Amino acid sequence: MWTRDSQAARAAQELQDGFYVNLGIGMPTLVANFIPEGVDVTLQSENGMLGMGPFPFAGEEDPDLINAGKQTITELDRTSYFSSADSFAMIRGGHVDLSILGAMEVADNGDIANWMIPGKMVKGMGGAMDLVAGVKKIIVLMEHNAKDGSAKFKRACTLPLTGRQVVDMVISDLAVLARPAKGAPFKLIELAPGVDLETLKARTEGHFEV
Amino acid sequence: MANKLYPDAAAALDGLLFDGMTIMSGGFGLCGIPENLITALRASGVKGLTCISNNAGVDGFGLGLLLETRQIARMISSYVGENKEFERQYLAGELQLEFNPQGTLAERIRAGGAGIPGFYTKTGVGTLVADGKEHKDFNGETYILETGLVADLSIVKAWKADPHGNLVFRKTARNFNPMMATAGKVTVAEVEELVPAGSLDPDHIHTPGIFVQRLFVGTNYEKRIEQRTVRQKEQA
Repeated sequence: MWTRDSQAARAAQELQDGFYVNLGIGMPTLVANFIPEGVDVTLQSENGMLGMGPFPFAGEEDPDLINAGKQTITELDRTSYFSSADSFAMIRGGHVDLSILGAMEVADNGDIANWMIPGKMVKGMGGAMDLVAGVKKIIVLMEHNAKDGSAKFKRACTLPLTGRQVVDMVISDLAVLARPAKGAPFKLIELAPGVDLETLKARTEGHFEV
Repeated sequence: MANKLYPDAAAALDGLLFDGMTIMSGGFGLCGIPENLITALRASGVKGLTCISNNAGVDGFGLGLLLETRQIARMISSYVGENKEFERQYLAGELQLEFNPQGTLAERIRAGGAGIPGFYTKTGVGTLVADGKEHKDFNGETYILETGLVADLSIVKAWKADPHGNLVFRKTARNFNPMMATAGKVTVAEVEELVPAGSLDPDHIHTPGIFVQRLFVGTNYEKRIEQRTVRQKEQA
């Protein structure tokens, strides 16, 4: 099984030199800690920043400089700032190479649900629907099973969707599942250490090829 | 030259407010919000507001101040997760809420300000957001129709302005402010610094003064940070 850090490190292996990347809030943020040597990526923050630097040192926080998770952040020598409209022109217009997001459910046709649980207070989708609709490649980082043990990679999502047939790869604590194109079936790419195929199958509801 | 300069927020809002009006308010989270104008709206007592803002502030700050006093009847936002009073009013049925995907919200405002009544986007296709909206295929892909947004009043926050209303924003405090400045029937800007005409490089102006009808220099900026996050020196 992979830890959260190992999952993030595995996701970082998908980064390619020159990529513009948007990282979602939570586990996806950890991916920035594992960018491989020699791979240069530029991080986009949908509140209006390209070229996101590390967190500031204590005492150097700037309230005018935050990321989409509202955390204080720093700029780099490549940084540019822009409006929310320009930011989503980048995202919706297909200029961002990769987005790594969390999810509550992913279906084996690539549907994703990550913004709303009926009956609970809904906080809003933020930029998630724009990201999954517009970014070239979508990787989901999530636990393979929910707290009650139910599979999160399903035949069909039960929660309201964030996007339809948009996910390209799922990296869970058990395995990497991916598909070469939208519309293609998901295929097992890699098992986490100590996880065998039978275990994976027993803990998965959605279809995947081996 | 028409005078756009006002002494403070209350003076800048004088004669513009009426119950039931629609107000766009700039900012992302608490970053780049018009702090002085929000405080003045609260003091004015104007109510039944429809507020268009990416977020709804937090309890006791930002638009949270207008929720406390029940001045807001309806919000159009993309994310409102940080506000307990908001949640209470919403669950009690006292507050209407329309969620828009963040990019759709930004583009609806941009379009409204640019005189574009509607546009097609693939954001939200196949989700609840698409319910009841016109669908149309372009080049084999499905899009939905979203409408432009305008407001009776836009309140925005900039870093610097000149007396003509030319605005410069600072870092990620820009966010929704430039589009909102274009989409208000009247736009009031509060700024940290007023500089003499001619001292802003015309090539570096983010919002041209045509979009700003009134402006003033704000005071006592708190610029509250929601998630103060730092790294250790040793770690670097």
